[in-house]
Amino acid sequence: MQNPDEKPLRSFGFHTRSVHAGARPEPNTGARAVPIFQTTSYVFEDPESAAAYFNLQEYGNTYSRIMNPTVAAFEERVGNLEGGIGAVAFASGLAAQSATFFTLLNPGDHVVASAALYGGTVTQLKHLFRKMSVELTFVDPDAPENWTAALTDDTKLLFAETIGNPGGNVLDIEPVATIAHGHDIPLVVDNTFATPYLCRPIDWGADIVVHSATKFLGGHGTSIGGVVVDSGEFDWSNGKFPVIADPSPAYHGLAFHETFGGYGYLMKLRAETLRDLGSAMSPFNAFLFIQGVETLPLRMERHVANAVTLAEWLRERSEVTAVRYAGLDDSPYSALRAKYLPKGAGAVFCFDLAAGREAGQEFIRGVELFSHLANVGDAKSLIIHPASTTHRQLDEEELAAAGIGPGTIRLSVGIEDVDDLIWDLEAAFARIT
Amino acid sequence: MPVSPEYQDAETIQRILHQAKTVAIVGLSPNELRASNFVGFYANRHGYDVIPVNPQEDEIMGFRSYPSLKEIPRPVNVVDVFRDPSAAVDIARQAVAVGAGALWLQFGVISDEAAEIARAGGLDVVMDRCFKIEHARYIGRMHWLGFNTRVITGRRPGHLL
Repeated sequence: MQNPDEKPLRSFGFHTRSVHAGARPEPNTGARAVPIFQTTSYVFEDPESAAAYFNLQEYGNTYSRIMNPTVAAFEERVGNLEGGIGAVAFASGLAAQSATFFTLLNPGDHVVASAALYGGTVTQLKHLFRKMSVELTFVDPDAPENWTAALTDDTKLLFAETIGNPGGNVLDIEPVATIAHGHDIPLVVDNTFATPYLCRPIDWGADIVVHSATKFLGGHGTSIGGVVVDSGEFDWSNGKFPVIADPSPAYHGLAFHETFGGYGYLMKLRAETLRDLGSAMSPFNAFLFIQGVETLPLRMERHVANAVTLAEWLRERSEVTAVRYAGLDDSPYSALRAKYLPKGAGAVFCFDLAAGREAGQEFIRGVELFSHLANVGDAKSLIIHPASTTHRQLDEEELAAAGIGPGTIRLSVGIEDVDDLIWDLEAAFARIT
Repeated sequence: MPVSPEYQDAETIQRILHQAKTVAIVGLSPNELRASNFVGFYANRHGYDVIPVNPQEDEIMGFRSYPSLKEIPRPVNVVDVFRDPSAAVDIARQAVAVGAGALWLQFGVISDEAAEIARAGGLDVVMDRCFKIEHARYIGRMHWLGFNTRVITGRRPGHLL
């Protein structure tokens, strides 16, 4: 512990926090890098300490399904960068989402979600909520009044992506958060495509932020992971969330919101949901994510610069009927981008080939440098044909709602030399013309 | 209600946590599931001399409970308040009268009047903050649970708690 009288604390900048938040030097060894605490469990000092840890009276490590010091460093870093009160990491982005919902919802509840979501999320919501007996309404997210129109007395949360995958819709976070709060419910936002460097939804009123860390947070494409950040501001004791506020039968009668205040939701998410669903992030993956987040702002700047260059270049191609990227000045989302994403609209976008489905698949055969795979947010440039892959489980109506046509190609623009990326796409165009 | 940043000052909080030896917890509950009991348990575990102030109990957590601050026969460094905000003004006056070092108002115990009385009486004031969480943030192990401590440092911690 540093002497508190030595110098005042400072509000450190985003780059500094990307490198340092959550990672104090390890006290026993002095190790400066965050060590990989590859251990399942932790020896208790004495029986009283063990009891205090399990009772949550003391912050202590018990078992790595529930907490781990390496994972905690990653959690604190993302929680800090998002401006939240803290975070809980999960084995995947979808695990993070399912745990978020599982903690908040009971049978009979209702959720309103954007229709312009990642296909895996659409499938998850439909399947998971049917199993949980939770009603679900998808809305066109672009008009805030659509959200209001879908509310019922049982609605318990609103859910959307900051930047929709793959349509590139930019969520008008502020009014949608206001609608949620007017109904005494939280707004949950998936901020995977923006990352906290480009947008911090909590600053605009969102209550819970979820991430697939697999994407830009990691940036290396080595690890699957997810994380949930809570603003700590939502009043879970407003009468609508006995699931958080009332004494919990799953934790010997503990009332999480009363006892832990703003930390109550995350404590419950960890001590009950993560404990029971078991979808813990591995310490090694957390270590790799920590390495990734150190360079997040640098990578995002390059991702955005390359994406803008490629999108503008694609827009001029005769083979292309549309480029859907909020980073373009003529995008219908350019006003929202200027408000919520002043540093850029990310690096994932779609364009439509005039020639349709077969040309789409042929185009993908023609690339050399872009990798054809089902991921985004890697430092390496990636390409995919959503209608036949990531969004394959969606029907025609859902595909249209997500902004996907038969000739739609999705790019995740990496941090290579942009001239090389243009060279690669030029060769692919040559193949279809 | 917004709380003035001067009542949530990080330096003030750390100084109080480092210097305090006795902590009188006004409204300490004997119920192990209540937030006040969590804080009392934690403070005792971390070496603070916890003094319960609760007129309805003779003893809490094995310590003698006093009906009010005035009956406590030894110096009180921190008065930690788990009471309705309307009770905070009177507690602040008592805290000044007994020469306490700091008035610490827990989450939701928001009273500018109480804070002003304590400050005018020479006490440090913390408002709408939790004693346990702030201790865990700077000295304890809050970072083990993924919470945003906002602590950024390249120095090796001097000791373990």
